[in-house]
Amino acid sequence: MNQKLSKKERLMQGNEACAEGALACGLTFFAGYPITPSTEIAELLARTLPRYGGKFIQMEDELASIAAVIGASIVGAKAMTATSGPGFSLMQENIGYAYMAEVPCVIVNVQRGGPSTGLPTKVSQSDTMQARWGTHGDYRAIALAPSSVRECFDLTVRCFNLSERYRTPVILLMDEVIGHMREKVELPEPNEIKVINRMKPTVPPEWYQHFEINPHFVSPMASFGEGYRFNVTGLTHDPLGFPTSRTDEVQAKLDKLRNKIEHNVNDIVQVKEEFMEDANIAVFAYGSAARSARHAIRMARQKRMKVGLIQPLTIWPFPDVYMEHMSEQLEQILVVELNQGQIINEVMRTNCGKTKIRGLNRYDGELITPDQIFTKLRELR
Amino acid sequence: MEQMPKITHHYLRTKKKFPSVWCSGCGIGIVFGAIIRAIDELKLEKDSVAMVSGIGCSSRMPVYADFNTLHTTHGRALAFATGVKLAKPELNVIVITGDGDGLAIGGNHFIHAARRNMDVTTILLNNNTYAMTGGQYSPSTPFDKIGTTAPYGNVERGFDTCELAKGAGAVFVARGTAYHVIQLQKMVEKAILKKGFSLVEVITPCPTIYGRLNREGTAIQMLEWQKDHAVAVSAARSMPPEKLKDKFLTGVLWDIEFPEYGEEYNKVIQRAQAKG
Repeated sequence: MNQKLSKKERLMQGNEACAEGALACGLTFFAGYPITPSTEIAELLARTLPRYGGKFIQMEDELASIAAVIGASIVGAKAMTATSGPGFSLMQENIGYAYMAEVPCVIVNVQRGGPSTGLPTKVSQSDTMQARWGTHGDYRAIALAPSSVRECFDLTVRCFNLSERYRTPVILLMDEVIGHMREKVELPEPNEIKVINRMKPTVPPEWYQHFEINPHFVSPMASFGEGYRFNVTGLTHDPLGFPTSRTDEVQAKLDKLRNKIEHNVNDIVQVKEEFMEDANIAVFAYGSAARSARHAIRMARQKRMKVGLIQPLTIWPFPDVYMEHMSEQLEQILVVELNQGQIINEVMRTNCGKTKIRGLNRYDGELITPDQIFTKLRELR
Repeated sequence: MEQMPKITHHYLRTKKKFPSVWCSGCGIGIVFGAIIRAIDELKLEKDSVAMVSGIGCSSRMPVYADFNTLHTTHGRALAFATGVKLAKPELNVIVITGDGDGLAIGGNHFIHAARRNMDVTTILLNNNTYAMTGGQYSPSTPFDKIGTTAPYGNVERGFDTCELAKGAGAVFVARGTAYHVIQLQKMVEKAILKKGFSLVEVITPCPTIYGRLNREGTAIQMLEWQKDHAVAVSAARSMPPEKLKDKFLTGVLWDIEFPEYGEEYNKVIQRAQAKG
């Protein structure tokens, strides 16, 4: 018998692990609309959430789904939605509302091929830039990208923690392979999971400012019905939440949205490394592409090639400082993506021309193979 | 002489700068007053009221009200309100929307909210136009009327908001006017008390934009038009059809019983927990 039976060792899909991660950190509300390849998340939560007294609702479309999620979060729920490309596009206006009104919530995008209806059942990483720049206006986005079933669980927990800590929507950028793939996983026990909840006000209601500007850039957040009676709006607003077009108040608000992310990049950004100690060539890959890259790097190591893997778990904000540092050490970087080349532009931006940077892209709906990456690595030499 | 504070003054935000965004002669303030008096009459705690709105002139109402207020995106008030109500059922959720906000861009949310039958009260202020953007034709602009985007006359028909709500499954549907303000207050009270999705459509004048474009006269004349053209549903029953031509019905038009969403979902929770 397996000695670790007390642990939850299970064969599980990425989508299931995402739902389990959300439940593990206290999800109480899910609103969604059916869309391949994310639907299993909604199905699992429709079954599981009511068991914990939570609420699941299937809305009329994705615009309504994210709206209901934001409404639920404002009254104190931990809320999430899950979708794929077309639905993610429909959600963008209200995701912008969540940035502006500083509402914590998690949006899962299990990416499929695009543009438009694209390839509903095929893998893609072509929403990478949309996760950063999807809605209009100036804002800072947080997006995390898992590459295994266990990472789906862990990064979903982390999405909630970051969204609660920084009062901002956080995007989990999965893809079809990660969402549908089954792996054996051992999930952590509840007491092993660190759960962060939003900071609540300690001041009396007459002192409370829902959008207070303070040195931490994150304002404590009361919920509706707790006696604070504040206004929430998507219009640019003053610290009380009242619409304003006063230039000093407008700039202060937009600075706050930027600063609360920029001043905390060290907390938000996570990069996973493999074989990087002596590497002079790095493969930069995330999500399902990182899996093929890992295998290709093992093949290359057997051929005594000094190749390592840089796998950003945090896609946005981009790991600027880490990549600037790496540009001193490396001779070449191969950026592997399931799109026509999106994150490679960020790698180039932070590299400032110090390193040779090549892209390896596949966007025909199939996962890039280790052989393809290995062949490309041999060409680099 | 000391001025007596009105009931409405107790429900306005002291920190919000006035005057409001509304033009003089606008009917929204009258409707706002009726809603506040209805809430006062029902003795609802301010903390128990969540007022949710979309975008447009009428949707600017919540910001002045001393409740939990949520001014959302264009057309989406009912979708936000659905999340608010489901996640915190003890709140009295009142949605403020307009004809453009609620029937055009938010039309899909409107019919599904009615069908879903969550305990939300929707007050739809119908001024027949997009006033905030300057008078474009809306889904309730009558046929042949003028809008800045219908300079030769509107070739579309306007929605009958109440029939739409009824058809979509609302359990309580009423129509009032800014002129019949006492009746309006009573309708709002009934709508708030009604368990399930209730709709009150309020015919309200926009003299500055719609009135000017259509030469409908002053604010007073537009209110008088409402007085002359509104027929109480009770009175209409004994009136011959020719007398009802060009008139519109007011009062409680529809009032049925149907299980409310939240109560039904609580049964889902019980079933799920029993299964374990």
